[in-house]
Amino acid sequence: MFWNKEVETLPREELEALQLARLQQVVERVYSTVPFYKKTLDAAGVTPGSIRNLADLRRIPFTLKQDMRDSYPYGLFSTPLQEIVRIHASSGTTGKPTVVGYTHSDIENWSEMMARSFVAAGVHKGDIVHNAYGYGLFTGGLGAHYGAEKVGASVIPMSGGNTRKQLMIMQDFGSTVLTCTPSYSLFLAEVAAEEGIDFKNLKLRVGIFGAEPWTEAMRLEIEEKLNLKAIDIYGLSEILGPGVGIECIEAQNGLHTWEDQFIPEIIDPDTCEVLPCGERGELVITTITKEGIPLLRYRTRDITRIISEPCICGRTHRRIERLSGRSDDMLIIRGVNVFPSQIESVLFNIKGVEPHYQLIINREGNLDTLEVQVEVNEQTFSDEIKNLQILSNRIRHSIKEMLGVTCQVRLVEPKTIVRSEGKAKRVIDNRKP
Amino acid sequence: MKVEQISIFIENKSGRLAEVAEILANAGINIRALSLADTSDFGILRLIVDNPVKALEMLRDNSFTVSKTEVVGIEVPNQPGGLALILSILDKSQINVEYMYAFGERPGGNAIIIFRFDNIDEAISVLKNNGILVIACDVISGI
Repeated sequence: MFWNKEVETLPREELEALQLARLQQVVERVYSTVPFYKKTLDAAGVTPGSIRNLADLRRIPFTLKQDMRDSYPYGLFSTPLQEIVRIHASSGTTGKPTVVGYTHSDIENWSEMMARSFVAAGVHKGDIVHNAYGYGLFTGGLGAHYGAEKVGASVIPMSGGNTRKQLMIMQDFGSTVLTCTPSYSLFLAEVAAEEGIDFKNLKLRVGIFGAEPWTEAMRLEIEEKLNLKAIDIYGLSEILGPGVGIECIEAQNGLHTWEDQFIPEIIDPDTCEVLPCGERGELVITTITKEGIPLLRYRTRDITRIISEPCICGRTHRRIERLSGRSDDMLIIRGVNVFPSQIESVLFNIKGVEPHYQLIINREGNLDTLEVQVEVNEQTFSDEIKNLQILSNRIRHSIKEMLGVTCQVRLVEPKTIVRSEGKAKRVIDNRKP
Repeated sequence: MKVEQISIFIENKSGRLAEVAEILANAGINIRALSLADTSDFGILRLIVDNPVKALEMLRDNSFTVSKTEVVGIEVPNQPGGLALILSILDKSQINVEYMYAFGERPGGNAIIIFRFDNIDEAISVLKNNGILVIACDVISGI
């Protein structure tokens, strides 16, 4: 099933020709309208006319999140504010939010990307989309909303929060599609179990989950607990919002990025070198159709790789592998690189262990210590201390074996690790001042 | 013959034990015997109460992790050698004690010891064959 079959299955040469033409246009555009880009392109010796093929992209300097902060709020906008019909922003947990603006045509394109994404995930007219992504400055809610409406589905604009009401609406309204963060879907399952609600009696068929990295093991857990097909979606407000890429329901393996809109590259986050196709590194994206705030070579900080092998679904747009973490979420513990998602997959492979966990990093003297907090449930609990110690030893050994990191495992009471209605906060790093 | 014991997972945080006691108190449940085993991170509170079904329900409703285990209560003469005799019988039959705790003196000068065995049925038959008095469940919860 396709939303726009012609574009989604465009032969590679045609797709690349389209990318080049659009890249030339966008460089031209930002060079003449955004002083920041005039300055950085001049400094790098790149004139709009000198972009002759896609490989010339490498000559263009990166755009960093910091550049967006420095241009706060409107400095990177490429159109006058009169043309901007919507403004979104990232959460800004580490400083000022990064602000993005959309023109009418940007909103139309975004809806198109989300419509393609929903259809790729198996959503169609007649579906009832229960949208539990947050509405507001965060792009998730409205992004999914417009896309689902474009497909012709009936949208329930739930937004986040009020979990018991979410469950009631799902039951009463007959929701067939759920959109939210993967961690919130598991929280919904937990509350449903408390309320005696069995997802087998609900009509949910597909879940579209994104906004945070998750693992294959977590997918299996979600699919089992919520009785639906769990599809991974990718996006970030700087580039668009949700809908930059999505898994197709046919393969559920890698996320098709809409390459007529974006050019993805993978770089080594330390050396900034572009890596050969297939190698894992940091995703860099150039937007080639945006009007409000086009970005050249934006460093997403997300770690993935590009899959160029053809997909069984027939789409020619290349896929990126499920995200394995963020280069800025990567923890360095006693010199070892650790992504929270790696610890998550270890925990998921230990039978009976709850999906809720938290990592706490401290520095004692000059040594980093990692504490992994895991909730005990009735399946793992025993009236004998030795059994609980066997459990925590097993977790500790598995983490040591898989990641080479020594940690302390602390078993905690159920439901004591904070549940999130948006992105889960997995890490408390006390080493930072 | 078997006695129902409930066990509760308790993090080492101030006030958690008090909460358990309060939940049981509010439900009108009487604690007959208890033991608390602790590590640096958590403890396991083991209780014998007059209404284990209700106690389990109340604690679960309050988000505690609980489990139910079968244990054995034995009446032991409260005098030197009382416990030694029981343990030597168990030892000769190669029955392992997972844990145990004693409580109160009953009228008649006997103490009661609660044992947790790996193989509870075998343990009961060995004790009986050696003439040891295994206390019925209702006797303990009714003390």
